[in-house]
Amino acid sequence: MVRHSVLKLLIIFSFTSILFINFSFVAAQKNDAPQLDMTVNRGVIKPISLAVPSFIKESGANSIISRELAKVISNNLDSTGLFKSIPQSAYVSMPLSFNTPVQFSDWSIINADVLVMGSVGLKPDGRLEVKFRLWDVSQQKEIGKGKQYFTNSESWRRISHKISDTIYTRVTGEGAYFDSRVVFVSETGPKDNRTKRLAIMDQDGANFRLLKHPPSLVIAPRFSPTSNKIIFTGYETGKPRVYLMDLSSEEITSLPELKGMSFAPRFSANGKQIVLSMTENGNTDIFINTLSTGVKRRLTTNNAIDTAPSFSPDGKSIVFESDRGGGQQLYIISTQGGDAKRISFGKGRYATPVWSPRGDLIAFTKIKEGKFHIGVMRVDGTKERLLTTSFLDEGPAWAPNGRVLMFFRETPGRAGAPSIYSIDISGRNLRKIKTSSFASDPNWSPILN
Amino acid sequence: MKNIGLAFFFILLLVGCENDKSFKNSLDKAQISESDIEYFQNLVGDTVLFTVDQSGLRPDAISILNAQVKWLKEKTFLPITIEGHADEQGTREYNLALGARRATAVREFLLAKGIEQDRISIVTYGKERPLRVCSNEECWSKNRRAVTVVGKKIVE
Repeated sequence: MVRHSVLKLLIIFSFTSILFINFSFVAAQKNDAPQLDMTVNRGVIKPISLAVPSFIKESGANSIISRELAKVISNNLDSTGLFKSIPQSAYVSMPLSFNTPVQFSDWSIINADVLVMGSVGLKPDGRLEVKFRLWDVSQQKEIGKGKQYFTNSESWRRISHKISDTIYTRVTGEGAYFDSRVVFVSETGPKDNRTKRLAIMDQDGANFRLLKHPPSLVIAPRFSPTSNKIIFTGYETGKPRVYLMDLSSEEITSLPELKGMSFAPRFSANGKQIVLSMTENGNTDIFINTLSTGVKRRLTTNNAIDTAPSFSPDGKSIVFESDRGGGQQLYIISTQGGDAKRISFGKGRYATPVWSPRGDLIAFTKIKEGKFHIGVMRVDGTKERLLTTSFLDEGPAWAPNGRVLMFFRETPGRAGAPSIYSIDISGRNLRKIKTSSFASDPNWSPILN
Repeated sequence: MKNIGLAFFFILLLVGCENDKSFKNSLDKAQISESDIEYFQNLVGDTVLFTVDQSGLRPDAISILNAQVKWLKEKTFLPITIEGHADEQGTREYNLALGARRATAVREFLLAKGIEQDRISIVTYGKERPLRVCSNEECWSKNRRAVTVVGKKIVE
């Protein structure tokens, strides 16, 4: 009755304190075509019904981890709006062993489309061994191949994220994004006396941590492409300046060749250059700074405010905002210089453009008739779509797969304060990210190594 | 004009007093000498305001800045930092650049009136340091400002 393929444990990762990922295997998985069709009716997606039983406890594992592994996977996939987990209380049976045949009738009767089966055991050397398999319930067959992970026991959350990424990619065909982090600004205190601190958390809000830095004002941290550094604007000297922080040591260095006031920095996709804006004599222009040589190159030269630059993924172009035409609009310029080409033409003001890691879209903030919006447009400025509206929505940041955006929303008035939200680029699934303080200026890391 | 300003300042102090002790303190505070920084802040006026999204100096700003110049010329030993600010109706980076424009507009005015260049630093705070916290024009108009801070110098 059940077509039971032999479990193929293709990879055995060796983990020390940091997870090591076998890239060749990940690449092979990317070729898997999506196995399930998502049903779209009148613009409403019917979520894929998901069963994630607690992971089967094998030798030495504790039941908290076996439950939490399943819970984090459910939460991740539910957060996409494309999946909906069936509560465990509705299950008619629980799998008892990882290798016994799946009783598909137990899962089809509760209308599960997809079943995630996992196990967790503790090895004598203290490492966790986590295995999982993914089943298409109606077809009674396995989706992709089983995977096995070894890790130190503190890293179980990252295994949950890796498994979530695999499930998401196999079912939707989209790139992964759960095993990633967010840097942001944690804000405390009253509106006219805010304390701002750099902070980091997992993409789902877990593992929140403040970063060490001088107590002065900080603005808008952004990840390096390898996620081991951030670049941000700080007021340690009394005026805004761009600083680099190594995330493992939390050591801070400044870019000494900068003059005047510098802010709005971002890395290039290869991590070798930084684009930023610098203000001299009241005029703000765009500069490219090569980290290894410290050489600074001016990209724009007019009297307008040119700021908020962002590299294209191929490193050939930069999108930025400028009020050279009167109001704030978006422009693209070659990293070699030359004329900038205006790409936004709608009514209102356009700001904070960010190039998608896929290269296809530019996300931006738009201010129109007193309201703020997060929107996306194609690189040529066409097909503009506004995804949100509120008193103040600002600062979009791309998920590593280019399908989801985070931004911050500030409420009005005396008690007004910012929180981080995420939204799908389809405009669906607006969600507030839970943080232990007010939070602004999110920036999303690439998928972690 | 200046007398009206002084009278208004005293009225404000009197209104603010709720008991004898604070009344006395306020009187002491009111007897500030013209050479005190407090006098510059409150009676000359350390702050000029701007129109939405603009950095041009309005007539009200120019009359305050002329008074600032007069005071600053008597205190040639004091450094000055001009802080530029914006209201919350713009994006963070743009407001930083706009605050820089406003601080620079004040700096240019002071330079043109003969204040020494090496006394003046400028800094922008964008929308990071609002003075007033309501979300309407009453507060926004007070937050779009440039403040001349005497005795402060930013070391590069």
